[in-house]
Amino acid sequence: MAEGEAATAPLVLVIEDEPPMQHFLRTALESHDFRYVGAGSAREGLAQATGRNPDVILLDLGLPDLDGLELTRRIREWSSTPIIVISARGKEQDKVAALDAGADDYLTKPFGLEELLARLRVALRHAARAAGAPEEPVFELGELKVDLAHRRVFVAGAEVHLTPTEYKLLTVLVHHAGKVLTHRQLLKDVWGVHGAEQTANLRVYMTQLRHKLERAPAQPRYLLTEPGVGYRLKTD
Amino acid sequence: MPPQDDGRPDPEALLAQVRAEERRASRGRLRIFFGAAPGVGKTYAMLEAARARAREGVDVVVGVIETHGRPETAALLEGLPALPKRGLEYRGIALQEFDLDAALARRPGLLLVDELAHTNAPGSRHAKRWQDVEDLLDAGISVYTTLNVQHIESLNDVVARITGITVRETLPDAVFDQADELELADLAAEDLLARLRQGKVYVPEQAAAAVERFFRKGNLIALRELTLRRAAERVDAQMRGYMAEAGIHATWPAADRLLVCIGPNPDGARLVRAGKRMAAGLKCEWRVVYVERPGQAVSADERDALVANLQLAQSLGAQTAALAGQDAAEEILAYARDQNVTKIVVGKPTHPRWRDAIFGSLLDRLIRGSGDVDVYVITGDAEAPARRRAAAGQRSPLAEYAWAGLVLAVCTALSFGLIRIASVTDVAMVYLLGVGFVASRFGRGPSVAAAVGSIAFFDFFFVPPFYTFAVSDARYVLTFAVMLFIALVISALTFRLRAQAETARERERRTGALYAMTRDLAVTRGRSDVTAVASRHLAASFGAQVQILLPDEAGRVEIPVGVPPAFPLDEKERSVAQWVFERGRPAGAGTDTLPAALARYVPLAGSLGAVGVAGVRVADAKRFQDPGHEELLETFVGQAALALERVILAERAQQEQVEVQAERLRTALLSSLSHDMRTPLGAITGAASSLLADGGAGGALAEPARRDLLNSILTESQRMNRLIGNLLDMIRVETGALEVQRDWQPLEEVVGVALIRLDERLREHPVEVRLPPDLPLALLDGLLIEQVFVNLLENAVKYTPAGTPIEISASVRDGAIVVDVADRGPGFPPGEEGRIFEKFYRVSGAAGAGGVGLGLTICRGIVTAHGGRIWAENRAGGGAVFHFTLPLVGTPPSGMPVESDDG
Repeated sequence: MAEGEAATAPLVLVIEDEPPMQHFLRTALESHDFRYVGAGSAREGLAQATGRNPDVILLDLGLPDLDGLELTRRIREWSSTPIIVISARGKEQDKVAALDAGADDYLTKPFGLEELLARLRVALRHAARAAGAPEEPVFELGELKVDLAHRRVFVAGAEVHLTPTEYKLLTVLVHHAGKVLTHRQLLKDVWGVHGAEQTANLRVYMTQLRHKLERAPAQPRYLLTEPGVGYRLKTD
Repeated sequence: MPPQDDGRPDPEALLAQVRAEERRASRGRLRIFFGAAPGVGKTYAMLEAARARAREGVDVVVGVIETHGRPETAALLEGLPALPKRGLEYRGIALQEFDLDAALARRPGLLLVDELAHTNAPGSRHAKRWQDVEDLLDAGISVYTTLNVQHIESLNDVVARITGITVRETLPDAVFDQADELELADLAAEDLLARLRQGKVYVPEQAAAAVERFFRKGNLIALRELTLRRAAERVDAQMRGYMAEAGIHATWPAADRLLVCIGPNPDGARLVRAGKRMAAGLKCEWRVVYVERPGQAVSADERDALVANLQLAQSLGAQTAALAGQDAAEEILAYARDQNVTKIVVGKPTHPRWRDAIFGSLLDRLIRGSGDVDVYVITGDAEAPARRRAAAGQRSPLAEYAWAGLVLAVCTALSFGLIRIASVTDVAMVYLLGVGFVASRFGRGPSVAAAVGSIAFFDFFFVPPFYTFAVSDARYVLTFAVMLFIALVISALTFRLRAQAETARERERRTGALYAMTRDLAVTRGRSDVTAVASRHLAASFGAQVQILLPDEAGRVEIPVGVPPAFPLDEKERSVAQWVFERGRPAGAGTDTLPAALARYVPLAGSLGAVGVAGVRVADAKRFQDPGHEELLETFVGQAALALERVILAERAQQEQVEVQAERLRTALLSSLSHDMRTPLGAITGAASSLLADGGAGGALAEPARRDLLNSILTESQRMNRLIGNLLDMIRVETGALEVQRDWQPLEEVVGVALIRLDERLREHPVEVRLPPDLPLALLDGLLIEQVFVNLLENAVKYTPAGTPIEISASVRDGAIVVDVADRGPGFPPGEEGRIFEKFYRVSGAAGAGGVGLGLTICRGIVTAHGGRIWAENRAGGGAVFHFTLPLVGTPPSGMPVESDDG
């Protein structure tokens, strides 16, 4: 890595108490054009988040000194830096709680390098857009094309008719493309309702949307289910 | 009674002795400093003994000591730590009381508590100080205390007779007898009088007038004798105890059992005390019974007296019982035979002899029916005044007499009609009919009045000379006598019959209520249901509010979760309930202990100890004092306790069953872990060490070989990850820790997630998904059902050759979604379809397929937890198919209307 690039390469703060994970993340990040700063505890992580102003935070939910959820809340009190939480399978409720508390995405242990880099890229892209980068008026992904300016949707060049709610759901997903959205977030953004009672209807709409946009709705390529958490519109 | 045949100790007595020793080991020791009168130096002796113990290093604390301003006593108190007293206010007067809670919290080795017979100020936990001391002893705190002879319950009336002063503060004999040590503080009468003259004896101001009478030389000598005798009796009892322990049988105690029968009158107390003295003399167990005759009117005063007498008997160490029946003698004898009573004590009859002639003598019947039971008739039961009161208190409203008069008038009218066509004897029959009618409907008074009245009417109207009471023919006198006799007999018999019917009805009602509860409890499962059923029946049968409290893990009784309290239970009420639970004795309203409580608390005593507490609140606490009522309550509560214990034992058995299963699983998991986890680890270690030894690029390994090794590290790691996931799921399924979080979902979405998760591994198998478009939403845990699909698909991948298709389909059948996962592999060896769901089972002959054999067991666990069923079979045309069902329960919520397609 050249010195000149170092200043502009995104800084990733890794808050993780397991040395082997720290080691893997450091190696992986530094060999893929990221700068790395590590913290072994929530206390240290909070200090680094304030002092170093990182571009992305990777946060393990299983820290010994402070609940990861609580740490997410504290960081969100003053910072909008993207937070990606790391947790084990089977802890879906923790993930949902962290996401609803302001985390941007999550990784399930064990994860591979590809997955890590994909999440980081999406998080950085959304952070840049929030900072003022313009949104593309047309979203394209494989055979799927969404023309946001003209409110039209195409699959393999053929226009698809969506109900207003289906379209709204699709635009919310497009707006957050690549990022996971919890059931609660989708219900709030599409229907304006709070609470998770209406999840069944959300699932029905998602199924309808898949039948209109996906070639094999039972093996979706775009509209992915994040089991126990929510949905994600795949990007790369 | 002769010694037992083989001369061996009675096993029951031995058991009692062992129990007593066990209790003694954990209990504190009680030493009573016992004296004949105030001023003999009990407190002084106690303090001296305590100082000696303190010098030995015992933690001696003063709980409460009255120095009464004596300097020598006060001097002895110096240097001993004292508990602060508890301030109490009662009717505007500030009172200082012994602080029981502080003592229990402080837990000294030895506590000094003066005046054992003291009555606590209202608002204290217990009514009496000796009850405080019981608590202290139970808590393992030893106590030194003082007591004067006049406070001993069974000597109370003797002392009153000697001194003419009735002492209100009394101590149950049982407490005195259970003291571990007794120390006599003795002083000759002359010396005591000398001390009194010197002003060294404290006399409370209000008692100053009584001093004259009390401190007479004669009195003091008598009291001193009484004291010495009582102390000697105790020494004698100890001696016998020692002999029994040491196996000396020469004077083995006679197994006498005494039964004292009392009636509803205030003087029964003397009979009870006499019984106690007799029982003490015979050194035997004793009981006190009261026979309640249904239909017999008992006034409130009599009831109170009866309750007081029964309570007195209990405090004197007797077991009490209320019997119910028409014939008191029969009931008493039946009870006596049932309880192996050898001696019956009754009071001397004081009613007039003619009553016995008419109604039969209880005493006579008792003696005749007693067989080998001795019957003692002693003074003490002054029955007559009470009987008169009973007659006065009997409900005989004027209306009933008026009815009797009306019936006679009707009879007379009928007879005037009848006399024209029939003889005068037939008229007599009409009147007898009337008497029978009155007796069957009204009380004894009206029926007797009707019997007498009918003779008068008959004579007046129908016996010549008419319209006078004179009788011309002497033969009519005999007619009158016969008529009167028959009328009285009819009225007595009819009345008794009716009373018996009422008894039967009442018994029937109680038995019915009890039976109803027992029946309901028998079919009830689960702790909360049992408590609910028991509460409901208790509430209905006693017209009370009933709250059952159950202990938590820490042994604190609490209202079961999710049950609204039947009546407000504040901290104080709970502490009463807690006390009851710990002691196994009833307390609260209507008892001696914590009578200020809102409700009465009764322990739910199962065979293994208290399983809970029932709080019973009635509008009028006096209702509890009805002896029959109390027994019935005990029976009800006993049944409830047994049912609850049964449930608790069942739960425990189930818990143990789960633990056995968990243990079996643990063993299987350990062996699986040691083998199956090491296999991928071996591959990873091997590959990584090869790469390291090769020394990076430019080493001996060709690039494809390097990639191959790296790939195997990755795939073996993933395999280990799956294995761990499986093991975790397995543990959840097997230990009952599987939490199913159901949610309405389309099955398609769940299938989709599973297929994407297995993307890589399914590359060599075309997967066909056929789900009907109108498949309803299913109520399921997405993560768990996804795991079922993943395991079934992995299973298919594992056992079928590359290139063969896998089909997933679903349909609705018999109120459930039936899902099929089918392959075109080799299928199952015959007979193994059922076994594949067993733990660690691998299909025979399918070697090298890898995995632990847990996948299908997990599937079964998850499907079962969803209320479904899973099974497998061979397919027509080759291959295997797995079916599982998901019951369709309820309907999905419909909050937001689902739009129809506008395209």
